[in-house]
Amino acid sequence: MKEIRLMKGNEAIAEGAIRAGCDGYFGYPITPQSEVLEYLMENRPEERTGMFVLQAESEIASIHMVYGGAACGKRVMTSSSSPGISLMQEGISFMAGTELPCLLLNVVRGGPGLGTIQPSQSDYFQAVKGGGHGDYKMIVLAPASVQEMYDFAKLGFELAFKYRIQVMILSDGAIGQMMEKVVLDEQLPRITDEEIKKKYPWATTGKTPDRERNIITSLDLDPVRQEKINIHLQEKFKKIAENEVRLEKLMCDDAEYLFVAYGSSARVCQKAMQLGRDKGIKVGLLRPITLFPFPYEEIKRLSSQVKGIQCVEMSAGQMIEDVKLGANGKVPVEHFGRLGGIIPAPDEVLNVLIKNFIKN
Amino acid sequence: MENSISKEKICQPENLVYSKTPLMTCNPLSYCPGCGHGTAHRMIMEVIEELNMQAETIGVAPVGCSVLAYDFLDIDMQQAAHGRAPAVATGIKRLMPNKLVFTYQGDGDLAAIGTGETLHACNRGENICIFFVNNGIYGMTGGQMAPTTLPNMKTSTSPFGRDAASTGQPLKITELVAMLPGTSYVTRQSVHTPANVRKTKKAIEKAFQCQLEKKGLAFVEIVSNCNSGWKMTPLDSNKWMEENMFPFFPLGDIKVPK
Repeated sequence: MKEIRLMKGNEAIAEGAIRAGCDGYFGYPITPQSEVLEYLMENRPEERTGMFVLQAESEIASIHMVYGGAACGKRVMTSSSSPGISLMQEGISFMAGTELPCLLLNVVRGGPGLGTIQPSQSDYFQAVKGGGHGDYKMIVLAPASVQEMYDFAKLGFELAFKYRIQVMILSDGAIGQMMEKVVLDEQLPRITDEEIKKKYPWATTGKTPDRERNIITSLDLDPVRQEKINIHLQEKFKKIAENEVRLEKLMCDDAEYLFVAYGSSARVCQKAMQLGRDKGIKVGLLRPITLFPFPYEEIKRLSSQVKGIQCVEMSAGQMIEDVKLGANGKVPVEHFGRLGGIIPAPDEVLNVLIKNFIKN
Repeated sequence: MENSISKEKICQPENLVYSKTPLMTCNPLSYCPGCGHGTAHRMIMEVIEELNMQAETIGVAPVGCSVLAYDFLDIDMQQAAHGRAPAVATGIKRLMPNKLVFTYQGDGDLAAIGTGETLHACNRGENICIFFVNNGIYGMTGGQMAPTTLPNMKTSTSPFGRDAASTGQPLKITELVAMLPGTSYVTRQSVHTPANVRKTKKAIEKAFQCQLEKKGLAFVEIVSNCNSGWKMTPLDSNKWMEENMFPFFPLGDIKVPK
């Protein structure tokens, strides 16, 4: 019998991290994700698994604590919401340059600035296109349920260490705050220091006589070498793009129209799709689970099948740029979004699809 | 010919009176001739060698002149973003509590952009060592005003002298961290004379000892010259340091371990 619990999204990812064998969490409170740190403090992971948790003085300090721990080969994570993630961009860029694996959670709220504490999807560009300086990408996972918040902690650490890359879980205030049932796994053991030395020879674990010293740095002043480092990073991102695309398709087989949406918006579109089907409209849903890598190929394939693609985002239209790249002009692609923390209603979304593609 | 002096004859182990610690690499130092960084590096590495803790030590390099410290120190090292070394060291030490962890930072890194990380790591009493080289200027970027630049001191961004009325007085961050209960040992030293070098080495030993005994954060400031940034000969810069820096930044222990 699997253990099933009713949890908030923010609690689920904290529990998921503990059970995935996370070594350390460093974070700073911000709405709507403070429950992550609160849950960790209350559940005493130090006693359960030896996982270490610290409330840092800022998001900047948090991400650099993550850097220090990750460079030792540990499974380390932080979480925040939009304004805090902006502060972390320096550290994320340094981790991209040093190829340090880590798990990051952004429970997105509306912006710009302090904006609102209500859910939003306005940080897509920042997460997917490289929010900090330099040419880099992170793997971005977009959960659409509390179960996925839980599952993606483990998946995130696996991908982070497989590619030595930062994995961001791009959630939002709705997924973080809502409660759903979650099926929990068995506790995984934390990695031992001996295993780290064997599996991650790059980690700073102390220079022993059998090896050269390990240096974690993103600096190389020689442009020829720095270009090689950058080419190596780009090759890694290409490999990830080829191998790690994840998506969910609902009722796409006979679809004449297609919703493309991720996270909370995908949940709204799922209902809108059902309402549409009730009216005899053959509409399907493509939900990208990885935002980088983006499912361009699947969108390209469906573009020769459907008559129109309706993107739905809680933003002014960010993911739509990638959908258009996938569709490549084969089929009209329209945007619909609500801003400032407003979640669109299913009938509102369906009416937009009808107006854009059917009534005309 | 038998009595002639050759290199081979002189370079014999019995004639060796001084050598670098093997914990310093053979890479030529990137520092300007006359600068104190090389001596400070060597003292830290000599202490780690004497503690026999090369395999247990993880160092954190800053942004500034000593950004490339990992080229010279033969230990595992991480390079931190500007000012963030105390946060990086916190991450290391909390997840690897049995390692000897230190940061090596300049005054711009530690006392300007990294003030928050410095104060909070000190206040939490992180079991790490901070080695803080204060030369009152931004060396690597070409001699700009630092938080520790003296009043009326000329730099490339205070070409008519630091105007304390507008930019504040030099920040005595070492005195500041000494007030925090999390620090175990806070001292200010220099490396410009053999006697001072010996005192600095003693301070470094004491700092690492505090960490080994889990007493809290040990903070060693080393007031140093920047002959290039100050636009002086090395000898003149050391004299200027004694006459101008030391009255403002007096040498000696500020807080001793209990």
